[in-house]
Amino acid sequence: MDAKARLTPLDRPNSYVGRSLARAGARRAVAGRGTYTDDIALPRMVHAAFVRSPHAHAEIVRIDTTAAARAPGVVKVMTGAEVARLCAGPWVGTLTCFPGMKSAPQYPLAVDRACWQGEPVAMVVAETRALAEDAAELVEIEWRELPAVTDKETALDSATPVLHAALGDNLAFRKVIDSGGVDAAFAAADVVVEGTFSFGRHTAVSLEPRALVADYDRHTGRLTIHTSSQVPHMIQTVFARTLKIPEHDVRIVAPDVGGSFGLKIHTFGDEIAATAAAIVLGRPVKFIADRLESFVSDIHARENRITARMAVSRDGEIKALDVDVLSGAGAYSQFPRTSVFEANQILNITGGPYAHKHYRAKATVVYLNKVPTSQYRAVGHPIGNSVGEALVDFAAEATGLDPVEIRRRNVMADDSYPRVTAGGIKVNDLSHQRCLETLVERMDYAALRREQAALRRQGIHRGIGIAAFIKGTAPGPHGYYGAGGAPIASQDACTIKLEPGGGIICAVGVTEQGQGVDTVMGQIAATVLGVPIEQVRVISGDTDATPYGGGTYASRATAIGGEAVRRAAQALKDEILVIAGTLLQAAPGALDIADGHVIDLRTGARRIALAEIGRIGHFQLGELPNSIQPTLSVTRRFRLLDDLYIFTNGVHGAYVEVDPDTGFIRLLKHWVVEDCGRVINPQLADEQVRGGCVQGLGGALYEHCIYDDAGQLVNGTMADYLVPMAGEMPDIEVVHVQTPTSVSELGAKGVGESGTGAAPAVVMNAVNDALKPFGARVTTQPMTPEVVLRALGKV
Amino acid sequence: MSHEETLRITVTVNGERVTRQVPVRQHLTDFLRTELGLTGSHIGCEHGICGACSVRLDAAVVRGCLLLAVQADGADVVTIEGLTDSEEIADLQQRFVERNALQCGYCTPGMLVTAAELLRQRRPASRDEIRAFLSGNYCRCTGYHAIVDAVEATLNERLRQ
Repeated sequence: MDAKARLTPLDRPNSYVGRSLARAGARRAVAGRGTYTDDIALPRMVHAAFVRSPHAHAEIVRIDTTAAARAPGVVKVMTGAEVARLCAGPWVGTLTCFPGMKSAPQYPLAVDRACWQGEPVAMVVAETRALAEDAAELVEIEWRELPAVTDKETALDSATPVLHAALGDNLAFRKVIDSGGVDAAFAAADVVVEGTFSFGRHTAVSLEPRALVADYDRHTGRLTIHTSSQVPHMIQTVFARTLKIPEHDVRIVAPDVGGSFGLKIHTFGDEIAATAAAIVLGRPVKFIADRLESFVSDIHARENRITARMAVSRDGEIKALDVDVLSGAGAYSQFPRTSVFEANQILNITGGPYAHKHYRAKATVVYLNKVPTSQYRAVGHPIGNSVGEALVDFAAEATGLDPVEIRRRNVMADDSYPRVTAGGIKVNDLSHQRCLETLVERMDYAALRREQAALRRQGIHRGIGIAAFIKGTAPGPHGYYGAGGAPIASQDACTIKLEPGGGIICAVGVTEQGQGVDTVMGQIAATVLGVPIEQVRVISGDTDATPYGGGTYASRATAIGGEAVRRAAQALKDEILVIAGTLLQAAPGALDIADGHVIDLRTGARRIALAEIGRIGHFQLGELPNSIQPTLSVTRRFRLLDDLYIFTNGVHGAYVEVDPDTGFIRLLKHWVVEDCGRVINPQLADEQVRGGCVQGLGGALYEHCIYDDAGQLVNGTMADYLVPMAGEMPDIEVVHVQTPTSVSELGAKGVGESGTGAAPAVVMNAVNDALKPFGARVTTQPMTPEVVLRALGKV
Repeated sequence: MSHEETLRITVTVNGERVTRQVPVRQHLTDFLRTELGLTGSHIGCEHGICGACSVRLDAAVVRGCLLLAVQADGADVVTIEGLTDSEEIADLQQRFVERNALQCGYCTPGMLVTAAELLRQRRPASRDEIRAFLSGNYCRCTGYHAIVDAVEATLNERLRQ
């Protein structure tokens, strides 16, 4: 690529793009002055608590709320039937982009039957949360227990009860991708390697739980919901439709969001019910999920069993991949994003870095009496990457190649794009070769191998892992949501304005969860407009103040929202230069903006301050000819045109130590080389990668929603569900290779999830590398000490 | 609140003596947040694991969610608001901001209260020791690396002074 040809205003010497600016919001947060949803208290506010099903599957024979309604402080008790009457109808979590998919109708609270332990059944609203919980204990429910479907392996057996009779069976969705030629490739292969891989359920455990304050004004018909959300506009649309309020009368405000990770792109029945109560009562209702109810009501993810095999030639060329995915969803497909994306993404990305031609992948998604599953950070990628990269390592071992060498021989070449993967996915602007060589150098791979060998002789078992990845980011409208019929925008937008004082207001549809969206959008706007960043205020997270956009999901905020900002800022700049040209009797093309002043493009001399343009443009319009009618306010949108995603790529390295006596895994060091295109703020990008990695490592090593045969979650506390602690995590070295995406001038791809998507794969490979002398292999995540000891045949 | 059994307590919070009639079952964090408006202490689990509610009580770091407000009667409590106003941790907070040692910020007040404890010990600590010291405070966003960087840098600066 000719670097010169790609030079844009973003590359100017005074550019904020590429600089590690600190986040303004961080200053507030370190002082304890963040405002999270639970920090909001409104006049006359009351609090909701929920009665949840103690059973995985049970009929509600009788429900009596009399005693609860009489309890101290209680202002309202509502059953599932009562809440359902306030709704437009049940949710059905299917999308037309998944042909043949089916799901049962779901109401906010269970009406006749509860289908998972933790499903909300009744709601109590009282003066305080404590009083609401007291009264919730007084709701009398007579249950008739029904058999629970808890094992995905037998969910489709004829002997297994059917969870929703109207669906006919427990099948949610089935999909097959087949490039053709797979059976022939396996028949002709020199070597076939295979494995069965098991992935436990995880949940997001955002440190701030789901949270909402719903406030309905009967006099104006306005519904305002303060909620910890990544997707205010989606929440606006879904709540408006569900509760039969015109969309434009609903305002969603996302204050500071205390962690989200995909959890907070969803809609939940208890939140609808609390909002319904606010409408009925005409009083603000707060609902903050406590940690215990979070474990049984937040979406779960990752429960999959994969059987996969890889055909390889004697010299290590990957010929074909054959993958069979069995995915355990929950009791319903989560509305409106569904519960089948994880399986679908596994099909999309398994083996994605490699140039093989033959690929077949089958997904079967089944319903279980467990918490509904849906999107959690890096949907499907931890699984697809773990399976694909494990098979590559198995193939390396079978062909006598080093894990680095086999990847060198098989990754898609950096000069081969655009191209289509064997799975049929269009990819472009990737850099597997450069990333791999950068990693080898950064790790000092050869020295690590020598150290490993020396330590092995001393009985210390260390392993080195390598794992390449692709990551689908920033989906377009031809993909799933838009095309599938969900009210979820894949476009995003920016409204940018010049204020009278020369300040810039930049309102964006993408949202801030601490990842730095506001800062990054400000950097882009300030750079394109040529103003000091202190002159730019970014507004996000309020549907009254921002243009309609998809929000933050699927690593899209910078790639989609950032390009919308760039376009809006450019358009505003163009208008400012037209006004300035008129005032200065200069051609707009002979002017530019720098440091908040219109300057002469050629000499750099300051001609007029933006504050003057603002003053004249708002107050002294008489100074302009009638032919100039300034708006000083511009909205621009961006979305992908044809692509399914902007794919990113990279490669991880890991160094671990395994204690073969205890099964304990110690993470010594982790490296990431990744290509998210143009990096706007290097430190923020690094920290997205690091945080993402640790979330992946949590899933790979510790995190697991453990269910018993009766469908009871047995470890639903923070003490029992283990998330990574500081003492267990390694330092993580991050390197960016920057291949700008060609779909936008900004050139940014997504960065928020790739760490989560690849870290489990590299650690599993490292653990198996450590276990090699024992002839043992781990193919189960989380890789608990028990899993390691079982692989070693010690338990 | 007429339905609740209550007791009268007097607590020194961030240097101010406050007297309140509180429900006997109310934990310290709810008291700080709802009675005093000190919303910097956060509730992450309410069972003593995550550390988001960490505050200083009579010079020791405690979990506000595991302590009843009535148990704090007569005690001296310092929250993130107090640590901020006294500027005791201004250097640490500055490092956190510069190093982006926080993302969503929900764990951050508790993390800073715990890190302040380490800094007060005024002894050298390795990265592993810093990691071990902070292991009772969960952060779900950062992956900890940046937090360790920020604490390490602050500690080394203080030891040089």
